Amino acid sequence: MDLIELSAASLGEAVATGETSAVEVAQAHLDRIHAVDGALGAFLHVDADGALAAAKEVDDRIAAGEKLGPLAGVPLALKDVIVTEGIPTTCGSRILEGWIPPYDATIVRRMREAGIVILGKTNMDEFAMGSSTENSGYHPAHNPWDVTRIPGGSSGGSSAAVSGYEAPLAIGTDTGGSIRQPAAVTGVVGHKPTYGGVSRYGLIAFSSSLDQAGPLARTVLDAALLHEVIGGHDPCDSTSIDAAVPALAAAARAGAAADLAGLRVGVVRELSGEGYQQGVLDSFQSTVDLLRELGAEVVEVSCPHFDYALPAYYLIAPSECSSNLARFDAMRYGLRAGDDGVRGLEEVMSLTREAGFGPEVKRRVILGTYALSSGYYDAYYGQAQKVRTLISRDFAAAYEQADVLVSPTTPFVAFKLGERTADPMAMYINDLCTLPASLSGVPAISVPCGLSTTDSDVPLPVGLQVMAPALADDRCYRVAAAVEAALDARRGRPFMSDAPALEGAK
Amino acid sequence: MASGITRDEVAHLARLARLAVSEEELELFAGQLDLILQSVSRIQQVAAADIPPTSHAVPLTNVLRNDEVRPSLPPHAVLAAAPAAEDDRFRVPRILDEEA
Amino acid sequence: MTSTMLSYEDVVARYEPVLGLETHIELGTVSKMFCGCATEFGAPANTHVCPVCLGLPGSLPVANKAAIEYTIRLGLALHCSIATWCRFARKNYYYPDMPKNFQISQYDEPLCVDGYLDVEVDGQAYRIGIERVHLEEDTGKSTHVGGATGRIHGATHSLVDYNRAGIPLMEVVTKPVPGTGALAPAVARAYVTELREIARTLGVSDVRMEQGSLRCDVNVSLNLPGAPWGTRTETKNVNSLRSVERAVRSEMIRQAGVLDGGGRIVQETRHFHEDTGQTTSGRSKEEATDYRYFPEPDLVPLAPAPEWVEEIRAGLPELPAARRARLAVELNATPHDMQAMANAGVTDLVAATMSAGAPANDARKWWLGYLAQTANAAETDPADLNITPGQLAEIIALVQAGTLSDGLARQVIDGVLETGQPPAAVIDARGLRKLDDTDALTTAVDEAIAAQPAVVEKIRGGKIQAVGPIVGAVMKATRGQADAAAVRALVLGRLGVEE
Repeated sequence: MDLIELSAASLGEAVATGETSAVEVAQAHLDRIHAVDGALGAFLHVDADGALAAAKEVDDRIAAGEKLGPLAGVPLALKDVIVTEGIPTTCGSRILEGWIPPYDATIVRRMREAGIVILGKTNMDEFAMGSSTENSGYHPAHNPWDVTRIPGGSSGGSSAAVSGYEAPLAIGTDTGGSIRQPAAVTGVVGHKPTYGGVSRYGLIAFSSSLDQAGPLARTVLDAALLHEVIGGHDPCDSTSIDAAVPALAAAARAGAAADLAGLRVGVVRELSGEGYQQGVLDSFQSTVDLLRELGAEVVEVSCPHFDYALPAYYLIAPSECSSNLARFDAMRYGLRAGDDGVRGLEEVMSLTREAGFGPEVKRRVILGTYALSSGYYDAYYGQAQKVRTLISRDFAAAYEQADVLVSPTTPFVAFKLGERTADPMAMYINDLCTLPASLSGVPAISVPCGLSTTDSDVPLPVGLQVMAPALADDRCYRVAAAVEAALDARRGRPFMSDAPALEGAK
Repeated sequence: MASGITRDEVAHLARLARLAVSEEELELFAGQLDLILQSVSRIQQVAAADIPPTSHAVPLTNVLRNDEVRPSLPPHAVLAAAPAAEDDRFRVPRILDEEA
Repeated sequence: MTSTMLSYEDVVARYEPVLGLETHIELGTVSKMFCGCATEFGAPANTHVCPVCLGLPGSLPVANKAAIEYTIRLGLALHCSIATWCRFARKNYYYPDMPKNFQISQYDEPLCVDGYLDVEVDGQAYRIGIERVHLEEDTGKSTHVGGATGRIHGATHSLVDYNRAGIPLMEVVTKPVPGTGALAPAVARAYVTELREIARTLGVSDVRMEQGSLRCDVNVSLNLPGAPWGTRTETKNVNSLRSVERAVRSEMIRQAGVLDGGGRIVQETRHFHEDTGQTTSGRSKEEATDYRYFPEPDLVPLAPAPEWVEEIRAGLPELPAARRARLAVELNATPHDMQAMANAGVTDLVAATMSAGAPANDARKWWLGYLAQTANAAETDPADLNITPGQLAEIIALVQAGTLSDGLARQVIDGVLETGQPPAAVIDARGLRKLDDTDALTTAVDEAIAAQPAVVEKIRGGKIQAVGPIVGAVMKATRGQADAAAVRALVLGRLGVEE
């Protein structure tokens, strides 16, 4: 049994029963990282000592007879947007190079308490702005299915790590699709929780009203188990929902029976059509057919304001980020450039931000500054917030006709590195399908649903997006688990089995 | 309302945002931002006059905490990451008088 | 530049002022506005900070319930309407004492709106409209190093302490106040004084201007009678009640000088200088800063329940105006008396002395008279004198009982102030009892008469008033323990002269 190929659930069980030790599991994954991360670029920082120490502690506690949770001793890759005490946290940016936070994010505290072993911090688009991880201030990440291609973004390091078997679990963050799209293009599962379902305390803010941390894993059950650890009310986050985390793992297990009789599935008309790759559309269509076969009633729904999701997002997110990133000014932490003892404060601030931020960050900060300016606020930010309400109303109307809504997760499969970097708009349209759920705050999951060969010389993963009403994350997991189980059965093997071997891998 | 953006406007915004952009960047960004802005400007086509804005997806109100003292950070932790410190304070470059 | 300063009288004869006041009040909560760091004053630098008030990446604010309650309390006391639903907003600008480079404040949805505060100056009543009361967080404090006077100019660098970053602040903004004429400076001062008194009575702040827990910006504009209001300037660094008055006055004179010379008032922020009493130009507000306000996404709206607001309203203590009205009756004081006591800062002391049993008039007389004088001479406040209202009441009772004369009472007071001993101890130690012994008194009278034959002549000649020196000599001989009036009667009686 190759430890790195096991699911998180299986690993947790193996550690609990003593079949293997947490230290062995951690070491196996650290070895894997060492072997393949040169090709993948998934990690910005590997904390081998910390991971082994945490693993040993789990082993000690089990030896002492303590009953730990289902993920105790399971390794995890943590997106570098999450603050970790004593461990460098950069947000993929040079402006925070070497910054060691003095505190832990709430979700980090919860994961540590659950005995999860954090292997290190993963690569990402700078400050979560991007859909390919090419905006990382350090180096790009690569898709394990084809290392000349992007692993998605902004949680590209996390998706590459999971898809590349460097960790069975990862944490990503999703603002406009940054968990779901990377999951889709790397063939793994990724879920964006209901907004407020997971604490944002310690999540370095990009767009405060949209950001959510969530799980990535190779199976739906693993993602659900991780979500149960990190989810739930946090008094340190005023926007966190004061409600118990629903029984997500149970929903995933129930879904695996692959019986969707009584479920109404809505196909969103606006999330399809021109500009979508044929391979994506084909996989999506055959998955919709599968849902019918599993007993679901499939209807078409129309959400006309979804066509305005992209402009609304690219006004709201830059506006909020222009304010959230103002604190990076060389005064209290992070990079300070140009301080020769003579230059004034404003100049040092401006030189630092110029040197420390990449072009996409600068573009969005400038755009956001514009959209919030007096005289422009009503037409841009103000208007976008109204359109957001209209999008939510479209969702509400759709949920009268269907229990869940489905669409492809993203219009394209993984594209080549450098293919879309010259034109920002060409990059933004990656988010077409994922943006509406972000703007409304409803939960949405991406689960692998097929392989496409129409736009590449190698088969590349396609993701199915399942969206549910707010707080109904369990519905996402149930449907995703049903699709996963049915396709695995049909295929006779798990989806990831078809991924190519990696350079450096044994 | 004009939906494009000029190079001068971009330069002004960069100053407001404390970004010392180079000439080349200014050239590049102005073009890109002009296109982006034209694209997002179509949001104005939506008839939304009577629609209330959403600033929070989740309708919560009155999330408050009791007035109680909690531990602060130990002083060494506060200044550990400071680019410059003096006298237990953050040392910052001089503030010039005429700043607007 | 005008070479001669206009006189204030000249200015108010020709121009009409419009005032506006913005007052920041630091709340007396134990923890900060959005985190649990302590608010206690005077801690070593950067020891009351945490990820939230330091604005570290990833940190999030959580609003302090008491701060909201205090703000509602003040809003109700100022007759405001309390918002049924409102939000915090981000005010975005860059400055090193603001860790996030935005301040969480309120913009177009303040917690309290549309109230008023009544003041009285020189018998004239003024109703100052209150535009709004809102809640925000304070900034850290910078010290500028290397320049001459610790100011920004000439400094080589600055040092920042974030202990005060995140302290809850209420901002009270008045509506424009026209129609005060020559009394504008006094009205401004009266407004701040009353606002401070209200805040103190409500228990929401210790409102010490010297410590910065109450800060005032004054806005002034001038216009010719009948003309539209002029351009206003904003003056900051007004750190005492007296400065409020001086700042308004000097700014009125300055603006009149500019306008007389055909100049234009620049809309700007000015800085008040304690030493010169003048204002100087600060940053130009010609092009007003665009703060790019938007609703704070990290906080959820405030919707104070009507029951909660009513509970707060029901719990309001007696406000200063009502208290003054009640005291006027209890202290048996005319409005003039009340004003005099308020100005001398002795209203509470008089009331306390009455509570300890002294009659109203006596309590008033002593505090407004001898004690106010003594405090003045010692350059201190009456409240800080080393004598309690209870002790004064005791002394007054002894005068009533005839044990002490007024003169002796003053000596007892002096003794209490000097030694801190209670009146009874001072009386014993210094033998300050009124002389009852008639033999000793008669002896003293006879001796004084014998010693001043010339004076006796005058008295016998009909000049009764000439008895003064003889009475004085007797008082001196008896070390003030005799009752002056009784001595006079005795002397005249001895001399066989009728009054």
